[in-house]
Parts: sequence; structure tokens; C-alpha cells
Amino acid sequence: MNIVVCVKQTPDTAATVTVENGKVSWGDAPLVINPWDEFAVEQALRTKEAHGGKVIALSVGPEAAREALKHALAMGCEEAILVSDPGLLAGDSLVISKALAAAIEKIGGVDLAFFGRQAVDSDTGVTPAQVARRLGWPALTLVAAVSAVDPAGKTISVDRALDEGRQQVKSPLPAVVSVTKEICEPRYPSFMGIRKASKATIPVWSAADIGLGAIPSAALSWPEVFAPPKIETKVEMIKGDSADALAANLAARLIEEKVL
Amino acid sequence: MATPVFVYIDHYNGQAVGAAWEIVGAAHKAAEALGAGVTAVVIGQGVSALAEEAIQHGADEAFIVDDPQLKDYRPESFATALTKVLKDAGAQVVFLPTTARTRELAAMTAVDLETGVVPDLVGFEVKDGKVVGTRPIYAGKLMEKVVVAAGGPQIFLIRSRVFPKPEVQSGRKGAVTKVEAAVGAAKTEVLGYKATEAGVSLTDAAVIVSGGRGVSVNPKLTPPADLTDDHQKEVWRAQQGFALIRELATVLNAAVGASRAAVDAGYIPYANQVGQTGKVVSPDVYVAAGVSGAIQHLAGMRTSKTIVAINKDPEAPIFKVARFGIVGDLFEVLPALTRELKAKLGR
Repeated sequence: MNIVVCVKQTPDTAATVTVENGKVSWGDAPLVINPWDEFAVEQALRTKEAHGGKVIALSVGPEAAREALKHALAMGCEEAILVSDPGLLAGDSLVISKALAAAIEKIGGVDLAFFGRQAVDSDTGVTPAQVARRLGWPALTLVAAVSAVDPAGKTISVDRALDEGRQQVKSPLPAVVSVTKEICEPRYPSFMGIRKASKATIPVWSAADIGLGAIPSAALSWPEVFAPPKIETKVEMIKGDSADALAANLAARLIEEKVL
Repeated sequence: MATPVFVYIDHYNGQAVGAAWEIVGAAHKAAEALGAGVTAVVIGQGVSALAEEAIQHGADEAFIVDDPQLKDYRPESFATALTKVLKDAGAQVVFLPTTARTRELAAMTAVDLETGVVPDLVGFEVKDGKVVGTRPIYAGKLMEKVVVAAGGPQIFLIRSRVFPKPEVQSGRKGAVTKVEAAVGAAKTEVLGYKATEAGVSLTDAAVIVSGGRGVSVNPKLTPPADLTDDHQKEVWRAQQGFALIRELATVLNAAVGASRAAVDAGYIPYANQVGQTGKVVSPDVYVAAGVSGAIQHLAGMRTSKTIVAINKDPEAPIFKVARFGIVGDLFEVLPALTRELKAKLGR
């Protein structure tokens, strides 16, 4: 099977993120592969290991996004491709989905494109469905389990995590799959994998290379980023010399303050 | 008169989601500022009752796409139907609740209409005839204001419990217009549904009772003799702890939440996880028992109106965001609190 896994480079989730001169800053915190995408890479590798084929990691981003691709290579992806173009840097999901879909078409013969459910920076989670729409493929988003893959019959069956429960869906291939963290536990890159990744050459495709004549401008604009207002709370510690007294005093206060 | 504000009524097999009517209320607020009306959009099979309900919750009229091909929700066919309605009507502003379905549905519709889509709004204002949305980024570490600058419809998804649910006006009437959309046969096949454990939905709940790693450390419990593995013993202890959480939740008609530590340790399914990598919630009351209050947990619940913390460690960070705190043994305090509230609230 030909499998693509789309990854994004994001600041580490432990980074302290602030606003400086109206722009988001994460100081010197490291940039890493988007943590949700590690689950996508893992699921892509497991699918390949079970059914044969290869996994190509794909990213749209600045030159620095190579590091995210190297992580995917170190985990075991066979190839990596970076789509990088100054015109794409200010893109929103509408633009990025166009670039990813065009790159997937250029790769050709792809059966499955895996994504993490969302990126931890913008937190929108709309790109997988948009790429699917552009390719005309079914979108299987928020997949919590893959129950069957039939490479010969070209189908995949999955459990999707909706808010109300699981929806079990069978889809023809090719398809786009976005995964949640329930699906698997991502592996750590092996020592050999890291060595291989450090030596790998990652081709860079420009917007013209993937056939995007004029790069569309972003549909969104962001007039302001700001730190959320501090929520001032002063905790009232409930006193009591036994569990019963503590519970009674808390219940009384909750009812007095009309909390319950 | 300006084009109406369109509201998509999200439903699960014909049942409107909790936030659906809140969004009708939100649309009213935008419509007033724009000098426009509110039009509901209902898509599915046999869902005309939802159109009437939308009108009773404040919509002026409703468009409905009713088609046997739309019996099971699938993003592809629903997006085709929604695109058709919005395009024909020349919609300028579209509101949806934020759910697993609407995120992908709105994303696809935005591609069809080559326009911008903005999920997870926690507020908005109308400025110069445009909706300016406010939403958290970086797991709530920062906020952004965002507008759809493209000429197409401005598509916004609003989170649950940001706007109040409007009162039902049972006598309210409005036109219901059927729209035909050539959705065609779906490529995918829905094999079935597996409901998660019955209970109140976390994102819609007014009250949530959550447990953390601390629920597994009751020293007074002796695990059954046939459990020899240490991890099995720990999970067994945790399950007894979560039983106490559930009892309080039942009395308060609350949903059950959990910290990542509790989920990662295998005490409770991921569907219950609150936090940066789980669900983001904003209930009226959030009771955290045995939850230390790691940053990643706070990211998912700190906008709760009133936080009540029960923890044996007085230094636990959860007390920094709590309104009421008890330093004590949750295994004694929780059952006592359940008894007390059951009696006082008459439940």
C-alpha cells in the first residue's frame, strides 16, 4: 500500500507561549513534530507493517519543518517530502489543504493519507477533511480504531469517535484518516532510525512543483492575539473536624452561594 | 435587509445536540447587529420536526434538505447539501455548534465555497458588518481574534455553553422551505453505532465531577485475592474510587470526567478525559477529586464557573483555580458529600 502521513511542526506543548509585539512567541522552546501527528505516523507504520508497501511523510511549512519530517523518518517512514514556498507561509487551512492535496496527487497512487486530529498550535482540526474534499476522497476523521484494512478489495473499516459514541464506517480506498490518541501508542525512534533520518535527503517541492500556479491568499485574517484574561479566584477553604462536617459545610456554602 | 444569519442544526440520528439551540440564540445576537433575521438549516431524513423546533427556539424560518440518502450522517453528502443551501441563498454568515460532526462538515463546506471556517469560538462581536470571532489557541494559553476576510460566507463554529439556551416559544411560526440537493449515493457505508457508556455528555454538562490519579490510593481497600498483578490491583482500587465519583455525579445529574493521569493509568476510558488532549469543558460547577491540577488538565476546565477541589495535598495546584477547597481524604469526603447533597437537594 502507498501510505502518506501528513505532519506539521509545532512548538512543544510544554513551551511557554506569549504575545510579543502582537505576534505569538514561544521563546527558545524547541519545535517538534505535532504530538497528535505521532499517532498518525504510528498508525501509518502499523498499516504498512501489516499489509506491505511504504510510508511517505509529507509536510507543508518552512525549511525548519524538516525536523518534524526527520522525526517521522526516524520512527520508520521510508521517505519524506517537504512542500515549502514563501507564498505558503501565511496560509490558513484553506491554502494548506490545497497544497497538501496537490502534493498527494503529485506523489500519485496513494491509498491512504493519515493525519493527527489537529495541530497543537492553531487547534482547528479542519485540514484533514479539507484535504479529503479537495481530493474527492472520503474523510474518516477522529478514528479511534481501525478494525479492518483490505488492500486487495481496497477498503478500510474504522470506528470514529463522535461525541455520542462510536460510528463504525466502511470506506473505499483511497481515503483520508485522521486519528485520535486512542488508536495506538507511538513508538520511540530507534537509534538506527535516528541515524538513517539524519543522513536522509528530503526533497523540497515549491508551489510550482506541485502545480499550484497562483497561490491562493488566506481566507482568514487575525486582527489580534492576546493573553487570556487572568481568572482571579480566591479559594475558600472549607473547615471541619471530620469528613461529615467538611461535607456538610461545603454543601451549605454551595447552596448558600446558589452554586447548586 | 441584510442576508439572514444561517444556523446549522446539528443532530445525532434526529435528536438535536445540546448546543444546537444555544447557537440559534447566538445567531440572534449577530442578526440584531447586522439588521438581519435568522434562518435554520436542517439536513437529514425525516427531520422536519427539527425545523419546527428551531423556529420555536427563535429562528424566523428554516430550510430543510430531507433525503433518504441523508439517513446516516456522512460528512460528504451533508456538506454537499449544506453548500447547496448556502450558495442558493447567498449566505454571508453561518453559525454551527462545535461538534465532531460539524468540524468536518463545515471544513468541507468551506472548501466547496472557497471560504474561511473558524471552529471553537468562545465569543464574537460584529464590527463593520463582519463577525469577529474569539477563540483559544495553543490549548488556551493564548486567544486570537479572527475574521473571514474572503468574500464567501463567514463560517463560525461556536462551543457549547458559551451562549444561553433561548426560551421555547411554542406558538412561534415560520416558513419551512424544502430544498432539493443532488447529494447522490455516499461512498462510505455506516455499519453501525456503538454508544459509549450511558451518561451525561461532558461538553454539554452543567455539572461535572472529575477524578484524578488520587482515586486509586485508598489504603483501606483490600483488592480481591485473585488479582495478583500490582497494576490490576491499582486499577481495581481506582474503579472503587470512581464509583464514589459516579454516586456524587448521579445526585448532581452530572457528567463524569477524569484527568489524563487517570486515563493513562487505565482507570477510565479516554472519552472521559478533560484537558488539553481530551475534552474542553466549561460547566457551571466542576468538582475535582484527587486531581492535582496539572497545566494540561487546567487547560481543559479552568473556564468553569465554580471549581470545587477535594485533595489531600494542601499544596496541589488545583486549589489555585478553585473557588471552594477541602483538604481531606476523598474516600471519606465524597460519600459524605453525596449523602449531604442528596438530603439537602431532595434528590
